[in-house]
Amino acid sequence: MADLSANTASGPRGPKPKRTFSRTNIFLYGTLLLVAFYYLLPLYVMIVTSLKGMPEIRMGNVFGPPVEVTFEPWVKAWSEACTGINCDGLSRGFGNSVRILLPSVFMSIVIASINGYALSNWKFKGSEVFFTILIVGAFIPYQTMLYPIVILLREIGLMGSIGGLVLVHTVFGMPILTLLFRNYFASVPEELFKAARVDGAGFWQIYFQIMLPMALPIFVVAIILQVTGIWNDFLFGVIYTKPATYPMTVQLNNIVNSVQGVKEYNVNMAATLLTGLVPLVIYFASGKLFVRGIAAGAVKG
Amino acid sequence: MTVISDPPSKSAKRPNRLFRNIMAKIASIPMVVTALVVFVGCTAWTITYSFTGSRMLPKTKWVGLDQYDRLWDTDRWIISIKNLAIYGACSMILTLFLGFCLAACLDRKIRFESAFRTIFLYPFALSFVVTGLVWQWILNPDFGLQSVVRNWGWESFTFNPLNDPDTVMYGLLIAGLWQGTGLIMCIMLAGLRGIDDDIWKAAKVDGIGTIKTYVVVVIPMMRPVFITSLVLIAAGIIKLYDLVVAQTGGGPGLSSEVPAKYVIEYMFRAQNLGQGFAASTMMLCSVVVILIPWAYLEFGGRKRG
Repeated sequence: MADLSANTASGPRGPKPKRTFSRTNIFLYGTLLLVAFYYLLPLYVMIVTSLKGMPEIRMGNVFGPPVEVTFEPWVKAWSEACTGINCDGLSRGFGNSVRILLPSVFMSIVIASINGYALSNWKFKGSEVFFTILIVGAFIPYQTMLYPIVILLREIGLMGSIGGLVLVHTVFGMPILTLLFRNYFASVPEELFKAARVDGAGFWQIYFQIMLPMALPIFVVAIILQVTGIWNDFLFGVIYTKPATYPMTVQLNNIVNSVQGVKEYNVNMAATLLTGLVPLVIYFASGKLFVRGIAAGAVKG
Repeated sequence: MTVISDPPSKSAKRPNRLFRNIMAKIASIPMVVTALVVFVGCTAWTITYSFTGSRMLPKTKWVGLDQYDRLWDTDRWIISIKNLAIYGACSMILTLFLGFCLAACLDRKIRFESAFRTIFLYPFALSFVVTGLVWQWILNPDFGLQSVVRNWGWESFTFNPLNDPDTVMYGLLIAGLWQGTGLIMCIMLAGLRGIDDDIWKAAKVDGIGTIKTYVVVVIPMMRPVFITSLVLIAAGIIKLYDLVVAQTGGGPGLSSEVPAKYVIEYMFRAQNLGQGFAASTMMLCSVVVILIPWAYLEFGGRKRG
């Protein structure tokens, strides 16, 4: 079960239901099913729309299953859909997103794990102050920092490039990830750290030989958090990249909301589904860990 | 005075010289740079330049509070604030209410609990762009929900929020709730699971009904969970941008503009940097207004208590 905190081990609470078909139970399951229907509807609509041909969409029912299943919209969304003058489909955005994602996830997690380790085991004068600034900084609206960062990126020559966006994601992923790692390393028994110190191990030795192997689960949580977060980002992508380096979300928005040409709803939905596929796969594959990740992101430890 | 014997483990924690702990300091450089340059420096820069008459490029031509005067005289900004207020109030109340109700339902020892939870949470994994585009399609007046119901025989059925200036924010709300309620449900569920079983037993002994127990006993006990949720929802509401861009593009007309979009339009499209800076400083102010009472409740109380 995907439990959120340590005290969830004992399972659901509350009085035991007496009969299977009591009035409360019917009401309970009825409500849940109704809400589940509302939640599943968009996913279902996305899938069926993306498998229909345009004539069927024009005359038909948005909720109806496709009469004739066609994969053409998917092919078209992937390799032919146009944004402005470029007509090479979402594949370009996908490539960009992957090239943004991998280094950002790697860099942000490496930096944040070392930060968290330093903050919990090697406190120095002022370290808590910087950490507090970092956490408070996570609440500052990004809009306040957007323009100065444009100037900074221009100064170091990374504006508009994938490298620049990687840097931005690394910086803005730092507060939450540092918090995550700091709390994890703080829960490691101090005796372990002291024993290693007595044995003469230094900063990096303790990190690589003791802390890193123990922290593997939290690394997985951090990866999930970052992959979904960075993949879903739109704001930074639209500000700090140019059309050739647009991530997938920005390109998707440009394809679907473009004003030129005939609207091809099936291609649009195929493109939307394609963009949502990566986080969805991660969500359904990771289950419990995803919940831990967002809980770590949401509830301060 | 015990100056002579300073145990090594203590000195590792409390160094008093610059070169103590030098590796940790070097390793913390990225964090320090981020904290000082980006979070403090960039924010201070924007606030400072909001008092200038910058247009295409940032200039240090001081104009005092002119930008703010102009901002509050601009219809588009007023509309943005009003829209966000409507969306924010509805989203806050409904997310908390639905999140708690769903969590309470899931906590009633039901079957398929994890299946339901998986369903309620999956939209949270999707981006606002995807969310906005799907709901734009479902709410499409010609092919979506409205036309389906009309084809069923209810010819006069009208449900076209995205093209109606009066209801467009509620169209956004439907999508926003779909995306965000799952998270709050998860947090509430964790809070409910943290409540001692004895509370339920005691309530039962006293003959208090289930719903009354929730309202009178459980909800007051979950105050910290509610506060955390409130802060999370509020932070999300102020950031609202992607969803609007994807679902309505701010339209029809200006009827679904929001402050975050105003900032970006003025900074990067209208080339009126000063306005953008002033507007983003106002966004920062609203966050501060939310955060200070919360920080006071969270940390101020704990220190004294």
